[in-house]
Amino acid sequence: MHKTLSWTLLGLFFLSALTMTPGFAQVPGRTDTSSSPHAGSSSLQAQAREARLEQQLAEAKSSGDNAWMLVSSALVLMMTGPGLALFYGGLVRKKNVLATMMQSFALMAVITVVWALFGYSLCFGTGNRFFGGLDYLFLRGVGPLPNPDYAATIPHQTFMLFQLMFAIITPALITGAFAERMKFSAMLVFMILWSIFVYAPVAHMVWGKGGLLNATLGGVFPTLDFAGGTVVHITSGVSALVCALYLGKRLGYPKQPMPPHRVVLSFIGACLLWVGWFGFNAGSALGASSLATSAFVATHFAAAAAVVGWAGAEWLQNGKPSALGAISGAVAGLVAITPAAGFVGPMSALAIGVVAGVCCYLMVTGVKARFRYDDSLDAFGVHGAGGTIGAILTGVFATKVINPVFRDAQGNVLNVGLIDGNPRQILNQFIGVASAWALAAVVTLLLLKLVDWLIGLRVAEEQEIQGLDLSAHGEEGYNLET
Amino acid sequence: MTKVEAIIQPSRLEPVKDALREIGVEGMTVSEVRGHGRQKGHTEVYRGREYTVDLLPKIKIEMVLPDNLIDGVVQAILKAAKTGKIGDGKIFLSKVQEAIRIRNEERGENAL
Repeated sequence: MHKTLSWTLLGLFFLSALTMTPGFAQVPGRTDTSSSPHAGSSSLQAQAREARLEQQLAEAKSSGDNAWMLVSSALVLMMTGPGLALFYGGLVRKKNVLATMMQSFALMAVITVVWALFGYSLCFGTGNRFFGGLDYLFLRGVGPLPNPDYAATIPHQTFMLFQLMFAIITPALITGAFAERMKFSAMLVFMILWSIFVYAPVAHMVWGKGGLLNATLGGVFPTLDFAGGTVVHITSGVSALVCALYLGKRLGYPKQPMPPHRVVLSFIGACLLWVGWFGFNAGSALGASSLATSAFVATHFAAAAAVVGWAGAEWLQNGKPSALGAISGAVAGLVAITPAAGFVGPMSALAIGVVAGVCCYLMVTGVKARFRYDDSLDAFGVHGAGGTIGAILTGVFATKVINPVFRDAQGNVLNVGLIDGNPRQILNQFIGVASAWALAAVVTLLLLKLVDWLIGLRVAEEQEIQGLDLSAHGEEGYNLET
Repeated sequence: MTKVEAIIQPSRLEPVKDALREIGVEGMTVSEVRGHGRQKGHTEVYRGREYTVDLLPKIKIEMVLPDNLIDGVVQAILKAAKTGKIGDGKIFLSKVQEAIRIRNEERGENAL
């Protein structure tokens, strides 16, 4: 009895599926058109119907793409707060935990205001090879209609929002280099200037239409940077190194022990960063496309391989794989895959990840100790080094199979990276890397000098000893007695 | 009256408490402390930097008792706290001049 009922239902289901297939449904329509006495008006009707269908299709694609891009934007914001705030917060001493988290959080607010007023325009407005113009000042003309140059299927406003989240996390990454010793006011002024004079020009050169290094919109040296290896990680990493050198070491470093006060916080932060990075990289496909999936796969694989690389190197050298090593490795891998995510296949992603994991491990353990700079939370060792490795390896592993990004005048697909047989791309990547390094280093130094002269960069000695939580914010992260 | 201060391994606190309760000790003060005697600390490595941690977590038990109980208490602590390894801790005994119960101002052994 029961069985008969289910068979009947199954039969009905197949029958309805058959009648609903397009081929089946279109047959009566076609006979209609041919037998109709008013063939002219009917074909007009058919054209109108086709146009309507096409529009509906475009709208469906647009709403799908927009949904993914809104989620991606939220994921990228989550990388700064709570992701990076927790990651960095756990690595400092407990007297500086709130001050460190507050730096990331304050940038979420302040950079947003700058972005709304003129930051977006400086990055993506129509300008010259180095700077965007002021056509999007106060977000004029950034509305629901897509900007076909950048993202043809999503509202221009979504594109603006997605890019904002990148502009927020980039300066927040630098805060790791001067943790526990920089004035809050000086940090704010420096970061606002930095986002105008370092982030905006590099973002425009690499991603802006007509930018010097743009790969697809009329650049001179086409540098491949899918999600910000150059724009985000090289600029922040190199600026971090300059900050660490200019501000000098923390009091007592390296004699006094300064172990992380709560690796558990860093652990949670790193896991949030890993997840958020899917928005960062797969979102940089600017739509819910198969390219987004490919970038997602590459991102995840590189992170995994870098954990194996970093923790494995540590295991071999110290005899123990540490939790901090594993999570640092994940971040290094994610940094390195960022420029490559939408250009490389899964096996290349594994290779990039493992190379980045091992190299960044050697950077923060060997190179930093050798040169004795106090990059407190290894912003340069992870983001500067990882970003540079990733940018160069993008030139090696990028392939037209994944992303046919280069085409000739006739629209034929050209070779992309070295594995396609285009060694020139490595040179282009070098030019991109060198430009970002030079601009970030020089301008950061000038801005630091300016802010130092205006308000002073470092906190007073007794404030540093007391801790920035109390001396700068008048509160403590842990009030265990209350 | 004698004050007993015993510094022991954190893992031995429960056995020591049980042993003391068995021989009739009614009160004690316990605190988490850090320190070291002959036991060397350990090293921790964060991103390649080694940190030596030489102050290790210990438990300190303090009691003030009538003199006739002291031998039994010392035996009980020794038995319950000993693991045989370096780092088992120490027991200190010292004379106490006076004890006063705050609630009713009783003095001497009556206050214990």
